[in-house]
Amino acid sequence: MMKTRLLAISLGFVAAFYSVSSAMAASWDETVANARGDTVYWNAWGGDERTNSFIAWVGSELQSRYGITVRHVKLSDTAEAVARVIAEKTAGRDEDGSVDLIWINGPNLLSMKQNDLLFGPFSGDLPNYRFVDTVNKPSNVVDFTLPVEGMAAPWRLAQIVFVYDSATVTDIPNSIPAFLEWAKANPGRFAHPNVRDFLGVTFLKQALYELVENPQVLQAPATDENFSEVTAPLWQWYDELKPLLWRGGRQFPQSGPAARQLLSDSEIDMLISFDPAEAASWVASDLAPDTIRTFTFDKGTIGNTSFVAIPYNSGNKEAAMVLADFLLEPVTQARAQNITHLGSFTVLDLDKLDENRRHLFDELPTSPALPTNEDLRLALPEPHASWMTRIADEWTRRYTN
Amino acid sequence: MDAPIHQLTVNGIDGRGIARRRQAAIAIPIVILGLFLVPIAVGLIGTIFVAFGYLPAVGGDRISLAPWRDLFAYPGIWSTLGLTIFVGFAATVLSVILAIGFCASGHGRVGYRRAEAMLAPLLASPHAAMAIGLAFVVAPSGWIARLISPWLTGWNVPPDIAIVGDPWGLTLVVALLVKEIPFILLMILAALYQVPADEHLKAARSLGYSPAMAWIKVVLPQIYPQIRLPIYAVLAFSLSVVDMTLILGPSNPTTLSVVAFRWFNAPDIAFYLPAASAAVLQFLIVIGAIAVWRIAEIGIAWIGRRWIDGGRRGSSRRSALTVPTVVVIGLFVLGGIAFIAMAIWSFASIWRYPGALPEAWTLATWIRQLPALGWPAEATFWLGLFSTLAGIVLVVTWLECEDRAGIRLTRRALWLIYVPLVVPQISFLFSIQVLLIRFGFDGTMFAVVWAHLLFVLPYIFLSLSDPWRALDPRYARSAAALGASPFSVLLKVKLPMLLRPILIACAIGFSVSVAQYLPTLFAGNGRIATLTTEAVTLAGGADRRVLGVYTLVQSLMPFLAYVLALTIPVLIFARRRALLRPT
Repeated sequence: MMKTRLLAISLGFVAAFYSVSSAMAASWDETVANARGDTVYWNAWGGDERTNSFIAWVGSELQSRYGITVRHVKLSDTAEAVARVIAEKTAGRDEDGSVDLIWINGPNLLSMKQNDLLFGPFSGDLPNYRFVDTVNKPSNVVDFTLPVEGMAAPWRLAQIVFVYDSATVTDIPNSIPAFLEWAKANPGRFAHPNVRDFLGVTFLKQALYELVENPQVLQAPATDENFSEVTAPLWQWYDELKPLLWRGGRQFPQSGPAARQLLSDSEIDMLISFDPAEAASWVASDLAPDTIRTFTFDKGTIGNTSFVAIPYNSGNKEAAMVLADFLLEPVTQARAQNITHLGSFTVLDLDKLDENRRHLFDELPTSPALPTNEDLRLALPEPHASWMTRIADEWTRRYTN
Repeated sequence: MDAPIHQLTVNGIDGRGIARRRQAAIAIPIVILGLFLVPIAVGLIGTIFVAFGYLPAVGGDRISLAPWRDLFAYPGIWSTLGLTIFVGFAATVLSVILAIGFCASGHGRVGYRRAEAMLAPLLASPHAAMAIGLAFVVAPSGWIARLISPWLTGWNVPPDIAIVGDPWGLTLVVALLVKEIPFILLMILAALYQVPADEHLKAARSLGYSPAMAWIKVVLPQIYPQIRLPIYAVLAFSLSVVDMTLILGPSNPTTLSVVAFRWFNAPDIAFYLPAASAAVLQFLIVIGAIAVWRIAEIGIAWIGRRWIDGGRRGSSRRSALTVPTVVVIGLFVLGGIAFIAMAIWSFASIWRYPGALPEAWTLATWIRQLPALGWPAEATFWLGLFSTLAGIVLVVTWLECEDRAGIRLTRRALWLIYVPLVVPQISFLFSIQVLLIRFGFDGTMFAVVWAHLLFVLPYIFLSLSDPWRALDPRYARSAAALGASPFSVLLKVKLPMLLRPILIACAIGFSVSVAQYLPTLFAGNGRIATLTTEAVTLAGGADRRVLGVYTLVQSLMPFLAYVLALTIPVLIFARRRALLRPT
């Protein structure tokens, strides 16, 4: 076991991981055998019906293939699961905790990792981890500048895109400065979610990326010394934009889905999304007019990876690992990327797949609301999580009366 | 035949027997109280510790004032406090005035039972469901705007005005009124059973008082003491409501309870500390507000007595009081429209602005959601059933013990049972969760039933205690004199005579259980999902079609409970109509 762990640590960072040692294969078989009959309580944000049905499908597959029962604990905020693990640690329950797997990234992952609330490293132990793109999709191994170090397994990609209604919008901005010009021409027709929502603060981070002199500074933690200087151009830009937002920038939708509701109610014409395929799947499920389209900025947009992590006190770690591995299977990833099911881009490197498996991805249905690969060419790395927290605080300080 | 004689001997002669019996009878309510107060006190104390910086799990191991400094350094904290207090008082003052005005002018126009039946749907719909429906109805792109656009308004796109989430929280206040007025009306109706209102009104009117004036001067002073605690519960609720504020209230600045809620949910664990301070402050605000209300009561009573002594009869026209009636009916219609709107959404496939109705209809949403509804619906039902059964058994036991001991807890002691309704949930639930985990009860149905019971029992007590105590004791005495044992007096006289209020108390208890969000989440460890937890989670996903299904199913269960509570006595007492209105 110890040996496996060490191996996993060393392998977690190795980008090209083609061969699986026989020792590992044997121990993986053992893991799968031990997991049979277990129940995994997968804590995942439950606000999106498509994700919920995808998780339900994963559950039925795991039941039939591995005899593992999956229970989706639907969270309205990922922090609920973090809080639950903390409550258990407070009460001294270090074994058989109630959370087995969490859909997580960003500040939540940082918080759990720093407080030693995670089990691992384990992702290197997963047989399908060898297909993961760790070179061209760097967010699979570094989350918000935090090296993941095998403590969480990637499962879906996210990248900022903007969604607009082509029936009403003809000219689309291609950069953050151009965005301001667009807003001047179309006052009240764009809304970003509340800055307390991750998507709302991500919009500000995206703006900062283009406005800051040297984006490299964002890869280190924000300090008291550099924060106000680095963010000065952001606030200058935002001061001009804010009155041009929906409701004059005095009100904000609570979340991404709430902004989507505004778009389909014709209250706004444009919104920000963190899921490039989301717009296409909205059209597929009648949640938005079929005239919506997607675009990104010329200099690229922020991208990140969603992970699953296992709390230190989970009582079903092996079953949770089997689930994490199943999520990385090419067949699962292809289904996840299918806009009729979930529509989230794969974390795998398609070049690592054999032809049959790659074929699964070539055959996926397409939609005019999907962005092109060209659009998504430039995925910018997430700034350090401290920028996110500080920007949200500073925004609250500046714009709360 | 021996039993009654034996009974009399015991009661009449053996003094020590009576004393022992009394002690037992007093002990039971104390045990029931303990069941509630101890965990809440422990929870609250735990939160106070955290509010002063003590939370070893995240490295806080010494007492400090830092969390309080963080709280008061929060941008806009004063606006937040102002808004919290404004919303709480506006909603409570208006609901009380409107409910009283409505009763004063409407008394005798609608039968009690019909009135109760009309209140049932509004009482049954969970707060979050009502808020979601109202948000759609009143928004600038909402149903009302869609019905009159663009042909009347010229709005080809919705106007950019803030109705939902307005900075003053006025929409939130309106939504609170829609939910709180029916509750106060129900409590007034329950209280009216206890006073000979009709006789007094007749007497007052024969003295020349106008009907409304007679109600306010003669009936109101008699029933107010009975609706006082429910009003405090409304005040506490309006000051600390979270789910409705998230949906309808202003977001920046928002109310204190939402600030606390956000901090408890913040990814950075360090926010637990100021979150606990905010929760404690919330508690203090509620206590302070109730104190202010009590003082205002005394002042108004003082002035009111002089006003009543003045003897003005009031004009015979009802004009002054038609305003509250119109407003109340308007609010109820609004609530009804909200409900209908969500029902339509659940069958809509596409419904865009400015269409007055969906462009296309479908059953697909129901077909897709129904399988997923099964298990939360089942959990909701059993949780509601068990917590209501436990609640009604405990309350009846309590009241029966009072009868037998011949004592009554003083009004002050009664306060204790309302503690769960007055203490903001957020201020003690986290610590209770830790307690449950420590004893290994978390995530079990038992734990969730117990957590629900904390809120179900006070409401059952609230609605049953007055009818119970108002039951003429001579019935029980006559039965005892005829040889019935105390137990058969309970079974054959009291319970049947009180069947109606008991069933209504159960229906209220059941709907309280169905609506519980935070307690289910904390005690159930997220592993026990109910219709309410699922609906609030989905509210984040904002697919109104799915929300329509959930709000409908979520309201249906308590609604059926009310229907049963109102029809069972009618069926059973078809030949004993007087029992339908005990005096």
